[in-house]
Amino acid sequence: MSRVICISDDALAIACGADRVAEAFAEAAPDAEIRRVSSWGMHWLEPLVEVDGIGFGPVTTDDVAAILDGSSEKRIGKVTEHPWIARQQRLTFARAGQTRPLDLGDYEDTGGWAGLKRARDMTPQAVLDEVKASGLRGRGGAGFPAGIKWQTVADAASTRKYIVCNADEGDSGTFADRMLMEGDPYCLIEGMAIAGHAVGAMQGYIYLRSEYPHAMAKLNAAIEASAHIVAPFQLEVRMGAGAYVCGEETSLLNSLEGKRGEVRAKPPLPAIEGLFGKPTVVNNVLTLAAIPWIMAHGGAAYADYGMGRSRGTMPIQIAGNVKHGGLYETAFGVTLGELVSDIGGGTDSGGTLRAVQVGGPLGAYFPPTLFDTPFDYESFAAKDGLIGHGGVVVFDDSVDMWAQARFAMEFCAHESCGKCTPCRIGSVRGMETLDRMRGGGRAGSDSVEALPQIRNTSGGVREASAELELITDLCDLMQSGSLCALGGFTPYPVMSAIRHFPEDFGIAEAAE
Amino acid sequence: MDMTSENAELSAIVERYRDAEGGLLPALRDIQNTFGHISDAAKRQCAEVFNLSRAEVHGVASFYHDFRDQPTGKPVIRLCRAEACQARGGEALAAEAENMASGRVMIEPVYCLGLCSVGPNAMVGEQVHARLGKSDIARLIDEAAA
Ligand SMILES: Cc1cc2nc3c(=O)[nH]c(=O)nc-3n(C[C@H](O)[C@H](O)[C@H](O)COP(=O)(O)O)c2cc1C
Ligand code: SF4
Ligand code: FES
Repeated sequence: MSRVICISDDALAIACGADRVAEAFAEAAPDAEIRRVSSWGMHWLEPLVEVDGIGFGPVTTDDVAAILDGSSEKRIGKVTEHPWIARQQRLTFARAGQTRPLDLGDYEDTGGWAGLKRARDMTPQAVLDEVKASGLRGRGGAGFPAGIKWQTVADAASTRKYIVCNADEGDSGTFADRMLMEGDPYCLIEGMAIAGHAVGAMQGYIYLRSEYPHAMAKLNAAIEASAHIVAPFQLEVRMGAGAYVCGEETSLLNSLEGKRGEVRAKPPLPAIEGLFGKPTVVNNVLTLAAIPWIMAHGGAAYADYGMGRSRGTMPIQIAGNVKHGGLYETAFGVTLGELVSDIGGGTDSGGTLRAVQVGGPLGAYFPPTLFDTPFDYESFAAKDGLIGHGGVVVFDDSVDMWAQARFAMEFCAHESCGKCTPCRIGSVRGMETLDRMRGGGRAGSDSVEALPQIRNTSGGVREASAELELITDLCDLMQSGSLCALGGFTPYPVMSAIRHFPEDFGIAEAAE
Repeated sequence: MDMTSENAELSAIVERYRDAEGGLLPALRDIQNTFGHISDAAKRQCAEVFNLSRAEVHGVASFYHDFRDQPTGKPVIRLCRAEACQARGGEALAAEAENMASGRVMIEPVYCLGLCSVGPNAMVGEQVHARLGKSDIARLIDEAAA
């Protein structure tokens, strides 16, 4: 039998040179079968090459000859037995690294469509009950129970309903949605078709960010190839246009309607008045992609994983300055320290690990003293943080936490939809206040304050500690006065940076 | 492209989305991709076909970072400036890139390409590039400028 050589065609592998490596293998081993598969998610080893199950990585074109004659030092052994893979609990990413993303045969051979078949043999209400029993919560950030959202849509009376997949994945440090759409697109399609059956919707949209052209190509091809299987359910991919806020569900719906991506006030909930005013399920990619497993194995089996009110598994994304970065799916409850030190292997630069941002640009910065925090929704909330979409970004000791706090305000200003003042203006005032803090306060009133019309400022000299009071107050206001979590959560990275790393802000200790 | 074939192509794009649900956004996307910007003429055409005011179309086009009023006039390299790439030396690289490009190429920020474990990362057209060092970005700039 000829050798089977597997190389990923995931965008990350390609960015690391996988296409060139695949070409080199095709040339050097013309008899071998080169399979372009999804990525295992061990990103530090990409391009990862698997020859009859034995892995090598990271591979360059210079390694090809040695790999083929068995002398390569980049050998990592059997990939399935690699500790980084063997320790995971992969439910949503069960196929990662092992199947060809667009091959329907591969998909069926690995249990594909079993969930949809079972769901279609059941009443919609029985499917809803199964999803509720799984305890699955939204993986996009807010963690709302999926079954309850679906029930609301199912109960709403309407001749037209929609399933909308939120594939905007704007959070920096996250890539699980992208990996799933590129690596196992039928899994997402199956999840959406099950949702359609459960709530009575015939039309689905996938709202995909424009930074993901590879995912776009895969999804379009997969939708076409599986149309006969999911029919009468229909699907279409719509590309976003570079706006972070369009990941917020109501902004996303406006964008899908062809409007400005401004956030809508809730109520009405999208489940009742969503896309074009119709009842709409809006779920993250990972939420919908967890559904086929749940329907195939039962909600109770899924709920067996996890802790507390966080049931099942979370595809965690380990990124930034970390040695072993990639996709790590495991049951809720693993601690932050295990994730970044044991699994992640510490910093890539070799410098001391100083801070970890969890949950994207709106997530808090954690110092090593909080590394015992278990990864679940409630534990992170209790430490004034959030797990968001499961991104974990590691920083070494070269990080300037003041710069990170300022970036958070700047990002908010850049991406604000403009609808409410605390976010639109507050983020700009926040940057200015942080700038003054950096300068040790300010020397005196500015030209506006000196105007006779202005009577309500204290004016004059301000110490850094007084600026701290101002930023704390501003963050309070943003948190309580913003319509959505862009303005409302930007205080998390800002205040956590100040609280845990006051020395970078020229103050002794942060006010509580 | 001469004026008439440009107009014909514009009309063809807009017509394609006339009856699509929420067709304005994909129409603007196609216009941006085809012409490199969204001209006043394009906005006027969209307004007519989608039965909107020109102000509404302008409001939509100006909301999204991907859409431009003017062509850039030079090649664009989108360099990730988000947190995970910052943690891997992305900011220093961005400063170097700006210097090396010296006006030949536009270095545009992008906030995350979903390759956050192997940064700093960049995107040129639809090509993605990871683990960028100074010599890599120099090569990308030279290739783009050529
Ligand atoms: C500013 C902002 C950005 C968001 N970005 C995303 C995103 O990129 N992807 C996502 O799934 N949810 C995002 N969300 C959360 C969505 O509003 C919504 O909660 C989610 O799509 C619901 O799906 P789920 O219940 O499956 O998580 C964002 C929220 C806010 C406030
Ligand atoms: S908080 Fe910001 S992004 Fe959210 S609705 Fe208000 S202005 Fe828009
Ligand atoms: S932060 Fe740069 S690719 Fe995600």
